Amino acid sequence: MTVLAVLALAAGTYAVRLAGPLLRDRITLPDRARELMSIAATVLLVALIATSSLMTGDHLAGPALPIGVAVGGLAAWRRAPFVLVVILAATVTALLRLAGVR
Amino acid sequence: MRSTWRTLDPALLRDVLAIAASVAVSGASFGAIAVGSGEPWWIPPLMSVVVFAGGAQFMAVGIVAAGGSPVAAVLAGLLLNLRFLPFGLAVGEVLGRSPVGKLVGSHLLSDETVAFALAQREPARARTAFWLCGLSLFVAWNAGVAVGVLVGRSIGDPNVFGLDAAFPAALLALVLPALRDRPTVRAALVGAVIALATTPFVPAGVPVLLGLVGMLALRLPVRR
Repeated sequence: MTVLAVLALAAGTYAVRLAGPLLRDRITLPDRARELMSIAATVLLVALIATSSLMTGDHLAGPALPIGVAVGGLAAWRRAPFVLVVILAATVTALLRLAGVR
Repeated sequence: MRSTWRTLDPALLRDVLAIAASVAVSGASFGAIAVGSGEPWWIPPLMSVVVFAGGAQFMAVGIVAAGGSPVAAVLAGLLLNLRFLPFGLAVGEVLGRSPVGKLVGSHLLSDETVAFALAQREPARARTAFWLCGLSLFVAWNAGVAVGVLVGRSIGDPNVFGLDAAFPAALLALVLPALRDRPTVRAALVGAVIALATTPFVPAGVPVLLGLVGMLALRLPVRR
């Protein structure tokens, strides 16, 4: 990476990050629109969770990754503490890989 | 700011520290991989402070290491970060009214900070969660990267520790409370299917954005 490339990526990323909060200031949104914005963020997060737990790059991930995420997700569903959810997911995936499951 | 910290409770702090620890390890692997791929020692720390977006940083360094041009690396990184625009719209109010708060807080927008803020019921708690998570992750990521650069290749592949499962599981735990009402669940599921189905065919970052099409499912007529 050249310094110029790093700075370009930084400037572009910051502009994208700043745009939301600034736009939010300029316009007063009706309640339904605010509600839709937080639903949109939830939809984006779920899409991110789905792709990052089922795909690596542009192909399907091996079973170790989605199984670990599923175990963590199940624990979260049963109201396990957050820390336990994170540790469970990582441990299950790590152990499966250790056992030769990719 | 003082009122922001009044709503700080030990449980929130513990949750944030758990994710900060994962981010630190992930940062260390970024530092090690970047230096290992031939970057000068000061590029990864510089990048981590000014870009502060793990996914985009891994991708940009990976593209250059594979022989791609810096321009391609920047464009791919930006594409991956475009999701911060709708995220900023959703949690914009959490950053507070002051211009300084907005200028600093915007730089701390990430998947985890947004998920933590959205998971809180009251606005005051959402503000605390955002700032606590944002600042902790900034410190953890940059400290991790510095260690990674110093220690170098001996760190190895963080996925051996299952870190790639820790992040989606953490986000899932944070997003579950928002998945209480049916229309939201429907929109999220349709969005996830669209993102998964398009992943092999479009550049990284685009599938998640395409997931927003799932919002249309909010309008579907439902049989009772």
